[in-house]
Amino acid sequence: MEIKETKVGWSRIEMAQKVALDIPDESYVNLGIGLPELVADHVPEGREVIYHTENGLLGMGPIPEESERDPELINAGKKNITAIKGGSFFHHADSFTMIRGKHIDICVLGAFQVSKDGDIANWSTGKPGAIPAVGGAMDLVAGVKRIFVITQHNTKDGKSKLVNECTYPLTGKGVVETIYTNLAIIDLKKEGLVVREMGPNVDFEYLQEHTEAPLIKS
Amino acid sequence: MINKIVSSPAEAVANIFDGAMIMIGGFGEAGSPIELIHALIDQGAKNLTVISNNTGSGHVGIASLIEHRRVAKMICSFPRTLNSTVFPELYNKGEVDLELVPQGTLAERIRAGGAGIPAFYTPSSVNTSLANGKELRDFDGITYVMEYGLKADFSLVKCEAADRYGNLIYNKTARNFGPVMCTAADQTLVQAKRIVELGDIDPECVVTPGIFVKKVVEVTNPSDESKLVAEERSYPWK
Repeated sequence: MEIKETKVGWSRIEMAQKVALDIPDESYVNLGIGLPELVADHVPEGREVIYHTENGLLGMGPIPEESERDPELINAGKKNITAIKGGSFFHHADSFTMIRGKHIDICVLGAFQVSKDGDIANWSTGKPGAIPAVGGAMDLVAGVKRIFVITQHNTKDGKSKLVNECTYPLTGKGVVETIYTNLAIIDLKKEGLVVREMGPNVDFEYLQEHTEAPLIKS
Repeated sequence: MINKIVSSPAEAVANIFDGAMIMIGGFGEAGSPIELIHALIDQGAKNLTVISNNTGSGHVGIASLIEHRRVAKMICSFPRTLNSTVFPELYNKGEVDLELVPQGTLAERIRAGGAGIPAFYTPSSVNTSLANGKELRDFDGITYVMEYGLKADFSLVKCEAADRYGNLIYNKTARNFGPVMCTAADQTLVQAKRIVELGDIDPECVVTPGIFVKKVVEVTNPSDESKLVAEERSYPWK
């Protein structure tokens, strides 16, 4: 018997496109490591967005050819990058002055969990024996004006990442503005989690079934 | 005559003593003063507290310093990265201590230390486990956590060019912690790719003024750490 699978929700690239649409022209943006990096490839034409990487560059450009690799030009994920014309280099204290001082407009991050109140856990699963490592995550969520989260809606074993209370160690409390998943775009508002848009072949009941925290129809 | 230039990495690190607090520049391999670290391994000082963003890769640089049991404690923001196996192994055995600090707080603690500011308040880490036991204070309705400035006995820093006064410029994202670490140590020891004449660095472009620097050594062709790691080299060279 042939089973034809219906596509449910968005692909990673479509998720990145959705985030990119919400980044206004002339924004200064910090992208986290992994899925958030895809966002840079999908900024709509006509918008000029400047990328900040917290290890010390404003004006991060695309990944270079292998032959152009410069070990002294890397991003926060320690990958080789390029600098755009008009870019600037600076030391770490200045870099985090931009972050903590509320000069960066938007930060797009991945997450292990986001709570209904906008708490985010994305630095540690708290597993015994794991080496704790935080990097700039806590500074970013404390300092950037708007925090977007891009993540799969559920973990590989089917657990909801959008939860009532984070069970993993917190990165920051009440900081997330919008979460972009493969199933939906959800805004964290005073009244609760408001579903702004759902992916292909996702309806509200399906979405709620796959979400621990209560959702509100927009 | 002021001349901060010394002839070898060994001479640069000669005064480092057992139990010293040492800042080591670099974010991953970018800006890591690998030749100075190797000279420090040869020199033998032990029981060190090392302040550095990461714990090194493979078996060279900081990772090798840790592997040779010279480091009692690391103060850093991201101790586990790709190819960093030495620190996680010794940490799990309880052979090295860790103070985990958010990256921006680490940079600011160093900046404050260098600027003569003993402590400050920051919003980073409030409501997280990294603020446990620390003083909290509200300003304009927002809660901040108090963090202490950091100072060191020595800083090891890599730069692009230096003159005999110790004026420095850096290269791209290898600048990272260098400028703040230069300000926060009793003695800042620098490896420069090029030594240039006084005046060759435009005064408008000096990033670290020489007052913050004690010694400079020229290392014309510094090691490419990721290459050494890919080739599975370990220091001391076999």
